[in-house]
Amino acid sequence: MLSIDKLHVAYGQSEVISNLSLDVTSGEIVAIMGRNGMGKTTLMKSLIGIIPSRGGAIKIGATAIEGLESYQRVASGLAYVPQGRMIFPTLTVRENIETGLTVTGQKTVPPLIYELFPVLLEMKDRRGGNLSGGQQQQLAIARALASNPKVLLLDEPTEGIQPSIIKEIARTLCRIRDEMGLSIVVSEQVLSFALDMADRVLVIEKGEFVHESPRAGIDEKKVSAFLSV
Amino acid sequence: MIGDYTYTEFTSILAMQGFAGLTLFSVFVLMALGLAIIFGQMGVINMAHGEFMILGAYVTYLCSQFFSEYLPSLFSIYFFFAMILAFAASFLLGMLVEWGLIRFLYRRPLDTLLATWGLSLILQQAYRSIFGAREVGVTLPDWLMGSIALTDIIEIPINGLFVMGLTILITLGVYFAMFRSTWGKSMRAVVQNRTMAGAVGINTKMVDRMTFGLGCGIAGIAGSAFTMIGSTGPTAGQLYIVDTFLIVVFGGASSLIGTIASAFSISQAQSTIEFFLSGSMAKVLTLLTVVGILMLRPQGLFTLKIRR
Repeated sequence: MLSIDKLHVAYGQSEVISNLSLDVTSGEIVAIMGRNGMGKTTLMKSLIGIIPSRGGAIKIGATAIEGLESYQRVASGLAYVPQGRMIFPTLTVRENIETGLTVTGQKTVPPLIYELFPVLLEMKDRRGGNLSGGQQQQLAIARALASNPKVLLLDEPTEGIQPSIIKEIARTLCRIRDEMGLSIVVSEQVLSFALDMADRVLVIEKGEFVHESPRAGIDEKKVSAFLSV
Repeated sequence: MIGDYTYTEFTSILAMQGFAGLTLFSVFVLMALGLAIIFGQMGVINMAHGEFMILGAYVTYLCSQFFSEYLPSLFSIYFFFAMILAFAASFLLGMLVEWGLIRFLYRRPLDTLLATWGLSLILQQAYRSIFGAREVGVTLPDWLMGSIALTDIIEIPINGLFVMGLTILITLGVYFAMFRSTWGKSMRAVVQNRTMAGAVGINTKMVDRMTFGLGCGIAGIAGSAFTMIGSTGPTAGQLYIVDTFLIVVFGGASSLIGTIASAFSISQAQSTIEFFLSGSMAKVLTLLTVVGILMLRPQGLFTLKIRR
């Protein structure tokens, strides 16, 4: 569904991601693990088009999206939940979700979204900025799902969120995959969260994948070793 | 007896000055609405806003000339065509300016100040070369002239009433466009977080261009209304730009109600004080009050209460 081929990303002269390739099949959840500064966020940002890539190819299905503007990538079926949530604080919860509808041309929020996140229906007329961190994270996911994506990118969705909500988010993401049949790429530092939901775990270090393993038979000790400082 | 005036005279003066203040308030609101979008929402310091208004005024002037020359039968309703054309002209020029100048400067707000100030000088000279340095006035159709006598002393000018009605309509229009339409939602999303708005699927460049154009277009309508209460010259916009910024900042940069409330208080204070003292004294007093209040409330009169 999503295929990345020999991706290069650099800030000026310093190359952050070099020669990175990845294929995600339809309905698969892939977790990308790595310590701070190893290129997880840069990878996510370059996929959605916030940072330009220097070389390589990115494809959604058969559509090449490298070099497109962010909104065109969203229209091609990519959706993005950034690190730190980045919801629009002065827009209401409903308006926040509706901004995600732009590429679909719909006017009303699909009921499935409120079904996945009942708390957002309760709060739909509150301003996004007045929600708690966990609620904002759910809002950011709901906003991304509103564009009816084929591939969902999540950048450290567990950052700053209490453990019980983390469990709930993992369950919801699995449910989204099952019901909407989309592929999910999530970058993470919390191994337990990744093991709760991912079909495949990759470890990124200095802009390259250094370890790859399906969830079944994963060597937890080895992955932890990559994550510890 | 209050000073040299009897009590009835005094209340009539207050009423009529109050009404003159309301007319001034209407023009302020129309100008400030455009700037509330461009400066309050987008954060672009548009020093050429007054010149966009004057463009609307000149378009209205051209329209009145055209109708009295070629279509005298329709002269009584020329004003409506003039307003639409004034909006269209300023809207298109605004989009062009956004495309050619502003879009390179979103991350450098202070540079927009210089760039748009330069633009305002260019526009002023353009008006001077095209229309001449002398001020021009439009001929109002008969039904907009004269006044309604409420009592023996109090008279309410009809063109003032018209400008006020127009202001209410445009304000409601802007409110619905900003808070009830899809464009408004995209616009508010883009100004809060341009990068993220793109990443949820909004074409930010298009929204920016529309937003800037719309703000300028509303200034054009303000210019159209302005022709009814003052004459139009190449530099007339300069007289209003400071007041307009004052209103938007005083009201709270991103609040529409704040803009209206501050336009009301500033214009009423000015026109009432102006009658009893001099014009410059009125300016000094209002400025001092505004500065005082802004020191206590730097965010302006009205703000949204949210966690940031």
